[in-house]
Amino acid sequence: MPETTAPPVGPLLRASGLTKSFRVPRSASGSTSLRALDGVDLTLDRGETLGLVGESGCGKSTLARVLLMLERPDRGTLSFDGTDPFALRGKQLLAWRRRVQMVFQDPFASLNPRLNAAELISEPWRTHRDLVPRRDRAERVRRLLEMVGLRAGDAHRYPQEFSGGQRQRIGIARALALDPDVIVCDEPVSALDLSVQAQVLNLLAELQAELGVSYVFISHDLSVVRHVADRVAVMYLGGVVETGSTEEIFTNPRHPYTAALLSSAPSPLRSDAPSRERILLTGEVPSPVDPPSGCRFRTRCRHSEDLCSRTAPPVEAVSGDPAHTAACHFPLGPASAGSGASGG
Amino acid sequence: MNALRESIHRTRPTDPAAMEVDGLSVDIRTPEGVAHAVRDVSFTVRSGRTLALLGESGCGKSMTALAIAGLLDPVADVVGGRIRLNGADLLALGASERRRLAGPELAIVFQDALTALNPVFTVGAQLGEPFRIHEGLSRRAARDRAVELMERVGIPEARSRAGAYPHQFSGGMRQRLLIAMAVALRPSVLLADEPTTALDVTVQAQIMELLRDLRTERDMALVLITHDLAVAAEHADDVAVMYAGAIVETGPIGEVFAAPRHPYTRGLLSSVPGGGRPGEPLRFIPGSPPDLRAVPSGCAFRSRCHLARERCASHRPELSGDERGRTVACHYWKEATDA
Ligand SMILES: Nc1ncnc2c1ncn2[C@@H]1O[C@H](COP(=O)(O)OP(=O)(O)OP(=O)(O)O)[C@@H](O)[C@H]1O
Ligand code: SF4
Ligand code: SF4
Ligand SMILES: [Mg+2]
Repeated sequence: MPETTAPPVGPLLRASGLTKSFRVPRSASGSTSLRALDGVDLTLDRGETLGLVGESGCGKSTLARVLLMLERPDRGTLSFDGTDPFALRGKQLLAWRRRVQMVFQDPFASLNPRLNAAELISEPWRTHRDLVPRRDRAERVRRLLEMVGLRAGDAHRYPQEFSGGQRQRIGIARALALDPDVIVCDEPVSALDLSVQAQVLNLLAELQAELGVSYVFISHDLSVVRHVADRVAVMYLGGVVETGSTEEIFTNPRHPYTAALLSSAPSPLRSDAPSRERILLTGEVPSPVDPPSGCRFRTRCRHSEDLCSRTAPPVEAVSGDPAHTAACHFPLGPASAGSGASGG
Repeated sequence: MNALRESIHRTRPTDPAAMEVDGLSVDIRTPEGVAHAVRDVSFTVRSGRTLALLGESGCGKSMTALAIAGLLDPVADVVGGRIRLNGADLLALGASERRRLAGPELAIVFQDALTALNPVFTVGAQLGEPFRIHEGLSRRAARDRAVELMERVGIPEARSRAGAYPHQFSGGMRQRLLIAMAVALRPSVLLADEPTTALDVTVQAQIMELLRDLRTERDMALVLITHDLAVAAEHADDVAVMYAGAIVETGPIGEVFAAPRHPYTRGLLSSVPGGGRPGEPLRFIPGSPPDLRAVPSGCAFRSRCHLARERCASHRPELSGDERGRTVACHYWKEATDA
């Protein structure tokens, strides 16, 4: 790369107003629309890790599929390195897709048991034929194995012969094979035992330092997110309710849902566990087929007022920090931050 | 002040036991040989307290629970031990007597509520069944009791929902139903095997709260089986840490987590994210647990232990303890805690 290239300006990836609905059967006779994403705004910088948290069904996976350019949003735009990939078709779209790869949760289910490690790692090159010249592939596989902490001798072993942590390493090598700018990690360590989890998280951090790759890191485990993420986006029922630096989100949550989520998450390192005041949410997440009017969190929010059912709260900067935003009419004061401060 | 303490921990680690497991061992016959899945496991649970049986995948937690509940697979055999529950040794009882105790004395809740509930019967009928079998209630009276139970575990509109089928409930609600079924006959011991692992954190917190309330109000002993240190820390009074089929450390959970003694417990706690500074590499235990078909002689942890020496290969460390209810199975734990 020529050294005169101007440093890229702005975020690597910017999503604005992403909205995506699916048709789902309602009864034997008809179908209805489920809004999986509802006006999601996000940015991701180069070399940054964005933690994405929220409960199941909140739209994390749909968002991941849009970022992977596998799912076209109904509304909203995606700008990736200055280009809207959804404006492209065919080969050109494929070329952009290469730049965002995925690491899955379940290293057992996500690897084809009939392919050995070398074949698994080189498989993506069958779609992206021109990326690595054929004569360089064996060497490249060897280097990828080494990068993820496996031995050259592992190239000819099959997924069944590896432990869960090793399989996750193969999954990571496979994502790296296409030299991506972004890796979407969907619960990458939640199927792993604690001590193995630590090794995989360390590996992801080393690779980021070495390659400058960005991660979108989806996890339900808040202590993991707190450890890996530079910034965090909290999702609820298809929308981002709060974003900010990891430190801000964990020590100074301003959206009532974020505070409740942090307070629900147990931590083994907390000595005050029994005496801590918990915000126990009542009820469960409403169906995205029939979301509440106004603020989507209002049916479980203990600060809800009339306004909340009438008008959807705008996303606004809180804490005087433009990077810390929340979608709430009555954001929590900084004083109540203590309730969530120990969340990780 | 004291009254408050009493209401939080109404029993102490030294109160009489609701159930005592003593030297329990389970072997599993596999095509590649016999796996010693549970090896000489002993622990005590007390009424009104929660014991976390904590360990990583495959360490034998579920096998221990299944052996206690008498629900082992045909390929698995209890090859030793005693389980004392209200004066009886469960393992000495015949199958029919054991079934009679299932429900009134001992109940178990599993992780996967959908497979544990019968899809073809309404939840009202399933929840009423224990009352019909054990208390001889009529269909109608059993149903009333079922509705009461559903209300108690927090299912909204219980009376009308009693006519619904399991798949019509959310994951969290199904887990509530399962808990209702388990506590229907007021067991003195409730085993909960990863009861919230499949659930979202906010729902997980609700379910754990429900279990805790039921435990307290019915003075049950709760055995919480989990791989999740955080869930254990938050919801248990005592902990028994398992590794490769054996218990390596026990004690009041606050004390164990604040000052772990066994090198495995220490390693496990130090690999929790959040211990060091953000951005710093996490610590981890090198290597992996042994194959249970070929457990090494002496201490099963020795291939991964930085303190291991000859004696660890020649002598199996016994669980031994102090008067505060803390026990540890390691020859050299004092050195680990000095380091
Ligand atoms: N039916 C079976 N046949 C052969 N081996 C089995 C069988 N069931 C369990 N095992 C083995 O017995 C050991 C203990 O299993 P167990 O299910 O008790 O572990 P666990 O601690 O509950 O793990 P997890 O956290 O994954 O649920 C494991 O090595 C497991 O592979
Ligand atoms: S807008 Fe109202 S209902 Fe929504 S989170 Fe804020 S206070 Fe709660
Ligand atoms: S007995 Fe020996 S090998 Fe086992 S944990 Fe203790 S020091 Fe380590
Ligand atoms: Mg289990």
